[in-house]
Amino acid sequence: MLEIRNLHVAVEGKDILKGLSLSILPGQVHAIMGPNGSGKSTLSYVLAGRAGYDITEGSILFNGEDLAAMPPEERAAKGVFLAMQYPVEIPGVTTMTFLKTALNAQRRQRGEPDLDAVGVLKLVRAKARTLNISEEMLRRALNVGFSGGEKKRMEILQMALFEPRLAILDETDSGLDIDALRLVAEGVNALRSPQRAMLVITHYQRLLDYIVPDRIHVLARGRIVAEGGKELALELEAKGYEHIVGRAA
Amino acid sequence: MSSPAQKETRQTVAEIGEKYKYGFVTDIEMERAPKGLNEDTVRYISAKKGEPDWMLEWRLSAFRRWLSMKEPKWARVHYPAIDYQDAYYYAAPKNTPKKQSLDEVDPKLLETYNKLGIPLNEQMALAGVAVDAVFDSVSVATTFKEKLNEAGVIFCPISEAIRDYPDLVRKYLGTVVPVTDNFFATLNSAVFSDGTFVYVPKGVRCPMELSTYFRINASETGQFERTLIVADEGSYVSYLEGCTAPKRDENQLHAAVVELVALDHAEIKYSTVQNWYPGDEEGRGGIYNFVTKRGDCRGDHSKISWTQVETGSAITWKYPSCILRGDHSVGEFYSIAIANNYQQADTGTKMIHLGANTRSRIISKGISAGKAQNTYRGLVSVYGKAKGARNYTQCDSLLIGGQCGAHTVPYIESRNPTARIEHEATTSKIAEDQLFYCLQRGIPQDEAVSLIVNGFCKEVLQQLPMEFAVEAQKLVGISLEGSVG
Repeated sequence: MLEIRNLHVAVEGKDILKGLSLSILPGQVHAIMGPNGSGKSTLSYVLAGRAGYDITEGSILFNGEDLAAMPPEERAAKGVFLAMQYPVEIPGVTTMTFLKTALNAQRRQRGEPDLDAVGVLKLVRAKARTLNISEEMLRRALNVGFSGGEKKRMEILQMALFEPRLAILDETDSGLDIDALRLVAEGVNALRSPQRAMLVITHYQRLLDYIVPDRIHVLARGRIVAEGGKELALELEAKGYEHIVGRAA
Repeated sequence: MSSPAQKETRQTVAEIGEKYKYGFVTDIEMERAPKGLNEDTVRYISAKKGEPDWMLEWRLSAFRRWLSMKEPKWARVHYPAIDYQDAYYYAAPKNTPKKQSLDEVDPKLLETYNKLGIPLNEQMALAGVAVDAVFDSVSVATTFKEKLNEAGVIFCPISEAIRDYPDLVRKYLGTVVPVTDNFFATLNSAVFSDGTFVYVPKGVRCPMELSTYFRINASETGQFERTLIVADEGSYVSYLEGCTAPKRDENQLHAAVVELVALDHAEIKYSTVQNWYPGDEEGRGGIYNFVTKRGDCRGDHSKISWTQVETGSAITWKYPSCILRGDHSVGEFYSIAIANNYQQADTGTKMIHLGANTRSRIISKGISAGKAQNTYRGLVSVYGKAKGARNYTQCDSLLIGGQCGAHTVPYIESRNPTARIEHEATTSKIAEDQLFYCLQRGIPQDEAVSLIVNGFCKEVLQQLPMEFAVEAQKLVGISLEGSVG
């Protein structure tokens, strides 16, 4: 599903990713772990197509297509979803309006007819309930005045709504207490499916207790320095990044 | 449920592929006054309108006064000097004898209305809006007269009102914006071609939203519309004004005057969507819009509310104001001003608190993009007798890109120690992370800008009647298309 080969990415002329390769099959959940500044967020942004993240070498194939050639909104319509570390606030735009606009923008790009307000409302309500998102929250401006946990749940709600092929979760655990973390993880696990791939980016092993990955990659200084099964997370937790990163250097 | 009229409006708005959608000119024979401005021009216009002597004298006194006045230069707008002798001051479509029904109207005119999405036929009935359509300077068709007649509401071209209701017009015309008020208002008083007159009698709630569409069509013809709305004691009226103009290279001068009078316990709600040709991306052409709009809350417990969505014009010079004369009267100003490319907008309001316990509320949303300059200029003035007066002002500016400017020039004067005046102002930019967030969720750039800006303007858009709100929201997006590189 996702095939990253020898990816080099520069931000403002500075090399951040330096030859990263990664392959994810449908149905798999991969985790990217790494210390601060290792390039984790850069990877998520370059996959989503954020401006300012320049690919200087290498390629990204998504279901056989050149992902790097697509504008970000097209990637979204084709099923790339990025749950952001810091979801932004959009004052004056109700959450419901935003969800409807986004859902229909994606459908339009795929040549599907718009859903009317009632159709969207039904869909959103059904998904919102399982994430403990209230009607009142859907009427508020998107993310404005939301707590950290509410913002992250709103990201997962969108993930459930858009049903992406590839879901990237960038530090979804940051700023969450244990109850909020469990709720978010349950939401993510409910979306695991043989057709869907996930890339979970995290600093800590904690999240991986709840979202158990098939494969873990350790990113340091722009390269993958170690790979393994879920037990690698425990090793990292016990020995620290320095141990593994140092071993690879 | 959406009526055919709403559908048509949406469709028209949706069909806009180009930067400016109303850039077409209807080929209709025009009848013009000779170029230039002198007493003969004024007499010509008055004669064309078949006006009584008092009206001609009124115009001439304004003209003589105007000769001694100087064009104001205090606004933050720059434009080449206007040669007032190098323009036409009156243009009317030929074949102007009164039409009894739409069948008699020149089909080309109807075509123009259709292009604009102004449904003058039964679609309007479904939308429940009466339209007094002004084509250039002469009113061509008026609908819904009967229903309004039943309620006793007078809604007609002002030229007709001058002939048919001279006492009413004489009693109120020029009492809010005096003939001597300012350069542009005085010019308008001398040469106004036509406009709208509304009178709502005592205790009557006007049974429908009133709406007039203005449209400049003749090249180099200034538009000098005159509107007078009088709400008698205990009455209510909501008036919608929408403007579009065809594409032209020459700069076109527009100097309208709008006067509102609200007597005891009366309320007037005046909404505008202004979309005159703003000039091209290089700043060529475009309408110069110098407008004087003022409402007089003459009676106790009266209320006047201005809502404006200003997206067009090369230059906007406009300060819809309220004189809060009656005790407990209320003035409101809700404004969205969008300036893109080389547009210059200097707009705001004046709230003059004369009566006791008067209240005013100002919500201004300025959006600047491209190389545009957007200025909010406002005055809140509390006079000595206005004990307990209250004002709340909120001025928010949104910048798109790094080459535009937003300026806020609030004047606050209080001569009464019991007055309470609050002023809040913010300036923000559309953040790159907001845009990226929308893009990542599949929303294309222009739609994302439109969504974010509409959110920013929400408090004002909510004030618009439904018929306008849909169109206004789309216009907000359209006028900013391509503004993010």
